[in-house]
Amino acid sequence: MPYNAKIKVTLRQSILDVQGKAVEHALKNLGYGTVDSARIGKYIEVSINETERVEAERICNEICQKLLSNPVMENYAFELEQVN
Amino acid sequence: MGAITAGIVVFPGSNCDHDTEHAVASFRGIRPVMLWHNEHDLQGVDCIILPGGFSYGDYLRSGAIARFSPIMQEVIEFARKGRPVLGICNGFQVLLESGLLEGALSRNRDKKFICSRTTITVSNTSTLFTSRYRQDEVLSIPVAHGDGNYFAPPEVIERLEEHNQIVFRYCDAEGNVVPESNPNGSLHNIAGIINREGNVLGLMPHPERASEKLLGSDDGRRLFESVFDSIAGRQ
Repeated sequence: MPYNAKIKVTLRQSILDVQGKAVEHALKNLGYGTVDSARIGKYIEVSINETERVEAERICNEICQKLLSNPVMENYAFELEQVN
Repeated sequence: MGAITAGIVVFPGSNCDHDTEHAVASFRGIRPVMLWHNEHDLQGVDCIILPGGFSYGDYLRSGAIARFSPIMQEVIEFARKGRPVLGICNGFQVLLESGLLEGALSRNRDKKFICSRTTITVSNTSTLFTSRYRQDEVLSIPVAHGDGNYFAPPEVIERLEEHNQIVFRYCDAEGNVVPESNPNGSLHNIAGIINREGNVLGLMPHPERASEKLLGSDDGRRLFESVFDSIAGRQ
């Protein structure tokens, strides 16, 4: 069975997230006083035609490090689920 | 001796390739050669310029997809042999993504695309890209970018400083490197850096847009001149 990877790429905390800041200000302006912060990242779905979970995981890590994120300024996380 | 050739890589979405071609062709004895992103043949060029623009629509991240194009595999090889590679704006982003230079460029501090004249100062004139400039000279060269906010971890910045790899910094008209003269939030006002070996340079400002008086400044011209002189052995 193939795997579906749900990948999230986010800016590292040390990097100023200007889009997130703009959204945070907009939310505060809308009157949501309890909103403390907002951060914007990317969500990517990749379907991987592998039967072994460990192999799908390896590929996922590799593509995240190689292309989908830039390790200098971004972190990534993913969830893998088998598709029936 | 035949003409010196300068390869200009054309990605889908490059938009300063012909401006760069025009600037390069204005030098006597220099022939620009356009190199298509899908090719593997560098056609024996003497140096390579990655021009500005929006390669692959800036999809994913600026320069991220261009870095894996067929021609870039050859450019990386070319650079590793010590041959001169210049990245302008999007070209700088591609060089960072490809690991030929250290660091990254993120969204401008003020969230805006900046298209304006800037002043930069030359901090290192002993490179093959800057030999025709004077130390701390102030240059008027325009920028046009949305992702020009240079970032690198502290240990990388320290290394860049230690080896004099920060070549250009944003400054005011008098040459003072101050926070007010920083258009995009770049760490240490960094506008351009060179690799440790001294053959790969990337910068955000556009020297090809400041290569003749008619454009308002020809301060960028000597960057190309320095490279061509170095190739021709005129030191």
